Amino acid sequence: MGLRTPPLYGRHEDRGASFTEFGGWDMPVDFAGIQEEHAAVREAAGIFDVSHMGEIEVSGPDAERLMQRLTTNDVTSLDPGDAQYAAITDEDGVMVDDTVVYRTPDDWGDAEFLFVPNAGHDEAAYDRWTDYRDAHDLAATVDNVTTDYGMVAVQGPEAPDLVAARAGEDVRDLSMFEAAGAEVAGVDCLVANTGYTGEAGFELVFPADGAGAVWDAFANDCQPCGLGARDTLRMEYGFLLSGQDFHPEDDPRTPLEAGISFVVDLDTEFVGRDALAAHQDAGLDQTFVGLTLDERGVPRHGYAITTPDGEEIGEVTSGTMSPTLNEPIGLGYVDADYAEDGTTVHVDVRGTGKQATITTPPF
Amino acid sequence: MSFDVPDDLQYLESHEWIDPETGRVGISDFAQDELGDVVFVELPGVGDDLEAGGEFGVVESIKAVSDIYAPVSGEVTAVNEDLADQPELVNEDPFGDGWLVELDFDDADLEDTLDADEYHDQIA
Repeated sequence: MGLRTPPLYGRHEDRGASFTEFGGWDMPVDFAGIQEEHAAVREAAGIFDVSHMGEIEVSGPDAERLMQRLTTNDVTSLDPGDAQYAAITDEDGVMVDDTVVYRTPDDWGDAEFLFVPNAGHDEAAYDRWTDYRDAHDLAATVDNVTTDYGMVAVQGPEAPDLVAARAGEDVRDLSMFEAAGAEVAGVDCLVANTGYTGEAGFELVFPADGAGAVWDAFANDCQPCGLGARDTLRMEYGFLLSGQDFHPEDDPRTPLEAGISFVVDLDTEFVGRDALAAHQDAGLDQTFVGLTLDERGVPRHGYAITTPDGEEIGEVTSGTMSPTLNEPIGLGYVDADYAEDGTTVHVDVRGTGKQATITTPPF
Repeated sequence: MSFDVPDDLQYLESHEWIDPETGRVGISDFAQDELGDVVFVELPGVGDDLEAGGEFGVVESIKAVSDIYAPVSGEVTAVNEDLADQPELVNEDPFGDGWLVELDFDDADLEDTLDADEYHDQIA
């Protein structure tokens, strides 16, 4: 089967982007170079095409109950226009994906809920939602609208000015994880105060046929950025990447181990709730940490983390040379005894143990 | 996009170059562009013996780790110490200041390498 392409593919080609496969999509990895794009987002602003992210809409009398049963956070706490980060767990409490759930604002779209699974996870999420609905006789419609929508992220200290100038000054009033409908270049957009870079900024969701108009409204006034910079930016803030920092088969992790217990509300009823309650009571064997390498080298996915004596205590799941700090940084899991900030560990870089220090992100 | 392929160098399919006059070895303009921003270079020490076609080091960019292969067999007579602090030289000047090592080698070994025309055809 061929790769899926975003509606903006032609514009990225014209702009000279390099492409990479990610989650079954052919996406731009960089336009001007990862370091330059990364710096633009930290110092000014950048725009990312994130149309590879999934979009699923859920409506109907039991829509709230369905969302509550299949995500770990408390969906009932959301008013229209509110969003929340959540994990999607299986019966064992293992994360199959992470997502952002929106109770859509009254002035945008027809659906009651929208949630955004990661690239390539939309079909599995759709199946999970419809299977659960059917097994429990819930009255809800579930639509996989991933290809009907485009999505961009405008991120960086100048992003609020850029977005307010195009979507209206009201967007400045949106709190973190709050969204509203607004028109950009004649296109009806969901404008959300969310992101994956650690900077101020917004994510915009809109009908796919409006993607070109929305992109063009921004792309000459801020740096187009690819998945390369998206990855280095999120690593500096310790944000999880589904499939890389956790994977239901290759590296099964609960949200408690992965450091996002703040999105797990054990007072709600959801698939995996009992397993997570038991996990919490039993205590965590390993936890998600950041580390900085004290020697030359770059920690990479799959490298072992050891004690200074060489005893294996965990594994790197993500790593790079931090463009902001110009230092090698990594994320990964270590035994709980070694998770404290400042602990000296080693990372096995191609057979050589390099000294590293546990460092809580953001770096 | 077109890439520099200096006529006076010999090349490997794996994108390393060697200067037959000086024994200097590096990676090509095409290779540095494919890798993107180089952030770390791991090289052998002076006096190490390399075998033609064998891995002798690593060039890491933000997005990838890439092994580098010896174009010929020979003894390392110099390594580019500047790359420890300025790995970006590999991107900025892959055939000049971004060189990796110098080798003392036997000219006969060059027969197995590509000339500039052959390498140019490979990346075209």
